Amino acid sequence: MASITKLGGLLSTLLGITLIAFFVIRAAPGDPVLLMAGERGADPSQYQATSIRLGLDKPLVEQYRSFVARAGRGDLGTSIVSGRPVGSELLAHWPASIELGLAAVLTAALIGISAGVAAAVHQNRPIDYVVTAGSLVGYSMPIFWLGLLLILVCSVALGITPVSGRIDTLYDVQPVTGFMTVDTLLPAATGRYGLAAFRSALHHLLLPTLTMAAVPIAVFARMTRSSMVGVLSEDYIRFARSKGLAESRVIWLHAMRNALLPIITVGGLFFVSAAIAGAILTESIFAWPGVGRYIVSSVYARDYPVIQGSILLVGVLVTFVNVTVDQLYRVADPRMRA
Amino acid sequence: MTDLSLHKTSWPSLGASGRLGLLCVLSLAMLGGLGPLILNLDPFSLSDSRLADPRWLLGRGPVLGTDDLGRDMLSRLAYGARSSLSIGAGVVAFSALVGTLLGLLAGVYGRWVDAAVTLLTDSIMTLPSILLAIVVVAVLGPGLLNAMLAVTVVAVPRFARTVRSVAALEMKKQYVLAARSCGMSRFKILWSEILPNCWGPVIVQSSLGFSDAILETAALGFLGLGAQPPVAEWGTMLADARPFIESAPYMVVLPGACIMVTVLGFNLLGDALQDLIDPKRSRG
Repeated sequence: MASITKLGGLLSTLLGITLIAFFVIRAAPGDPVLLMAGERGADPSQYQATSIRLGLDKPLVEQYRSFVARAGRGDLGTSIVSGRPVGSELLAHWPASIELGLAAVLTAALIGISAGVAAAVHQNRPIDYVVTAGSLVGYSMPIFWLGLLLILVCSVALGITPVSGRIDTLYDVQPVTGFMTVDTLLPAATGRYGLAAFRSALHHLLLPTLTMAAVPIAVFARMTRSSMVGVLSEDYIRFARSKGLAESRVIWLHAMRNALLPIITVGGLFFVSAAIAGAILTESIFAWPGVGRYIVSSVYARDYPVIQGSILLVGVLVTFVNVTVDQLYRVADPRMRA
Repeated sequence: MTDLSLHKTSWPSLGASGRLGLLCVLSLAMLGGLGPLILNLDPFSLSDSRLADPRWLLGRGPVLGTDDLGRDMLSRLAYGARSSLSIGAGVVAFSALVGTLLGLLAGVYGRWVDAAVTLLTDSIMTLPSILLAIVVVAVLGPGLLNAMLAVTVVAVPRFARTVRSVAALEMKKQYVLAARSCGMSRFKILWSEILPNCWGPVIVQSSLGFSDAILETAALGFLGLGAQPPVAEWGTMLADARPFIESAPYMVVLPGACIMVTVLGFNLLGDALQDLIDPKRSRG
């Protein structure tokens, strides 16, 4: 029964997202055909042809049905600006975003969970107050400001980090995996530049990662602390301690396993969303050539097919991650399998 | 008597962090409300003293310096506080109204009304808020009002979902069952039985909604999709300051600090109100 409700919820969310994406182009002011034609405009015969090609002469329901069918086949239309398929344009920008997103999420998990555990173990002592206050500040941090502050301190004042891009223009690294930190370590790059290119890529990754990780660090720390505090007061922990187990073993093995459960769910649900939201702002600040910056630039250019495709892709991605996380939680916690 | 004792019990439990939040919010209100009256400065008037350092660096001149067009930073920040307060108030008022209405209808009438509202809220909340907001701006065009509308669209589901869950919970209780069996109409139940139970959560959500609205509108301003120059709005000011990050760092530091203090204030206040209003949470 529960799974049927879940499936219904999943389908209705997908329906909603496709509807939002579908109506974006139609809600835009002006004629969709002229929008598609771009600034060159269209003569009457072209107009007619585009109108038929887009299916605008058919009823709305029929248009929606064919939109979903095409999207299901991976056809997201054509970018007005570049004239290339939206799907491949978006795909081309994914690796940079995933590289940054992974770096940010790993950083956030490492720092946030450690801080949360430290706060919970030293409850109501200075370190706890520092972590709690820090996570409150981090949670309220406008990350576009944090990015600029980091540039101000690390790049302008100290001169230790670059301000934008993924790598110095000095290095000409051919994309293989699309991950700059991996590609610079491949023989093709190391043969020419040694490790210098890799160092440059890491340098470029540093500030965007910190910027994007700030809010997740705060969320991780806060969640880990409250979860850990709850677990540490349980009987089995007292038992483990009274057995004479080392405190580090009690905390990192016994308590951590249960404390991590809610972090997986809430964290998982929060992260895809936060990663994309963070990517939009962070990539804009640091001129990081990922999906976020691409979406913003397509908004500037009013490139509606790209905007439509992005909503669809992001929406579907988030929905499926939510479902996956939900399933993972069931696997991780037998109590949830009722 | 009861009133007095209520105050006695509730004020202390606002807690230190809640009071800090209140302080932040009140200072923002002072800056925005009284600042422009006392300072008697024009945030738009240009002057020849461009990029003048703040007084604490220079020992003279404008208190917080001037921007690249010679406009006084302090008065622009004060007017920015006004903008932020209006943004927060406008967005929260509209989204609370629409969201509460949708949530009530979904919770009380159930069936297809519930399904439709859930479809709407779930699909909107699936999309990252800033993405949806920039998409709405892409459709409507950039500008402060459109940005506020975009942020409202993002905020409505948060209210709708909160109110719906409260309403659905109350609908199952005995007193509602009693009211229904007495022949009270659904609308009457909605208005006089369910709605009073929703105020607490709506107030909490409103305080949190203020911080979300201010943060998201500032983000849109920063991306160049919100308030347009010369409007004094913190996010837009940050975007304008970007090219001067080396020559006038205070132009970057100050507006962002204002955003953060404001957002922090409303978050702290919202958390404290939550503990105050939701007895389950404060007891637990």
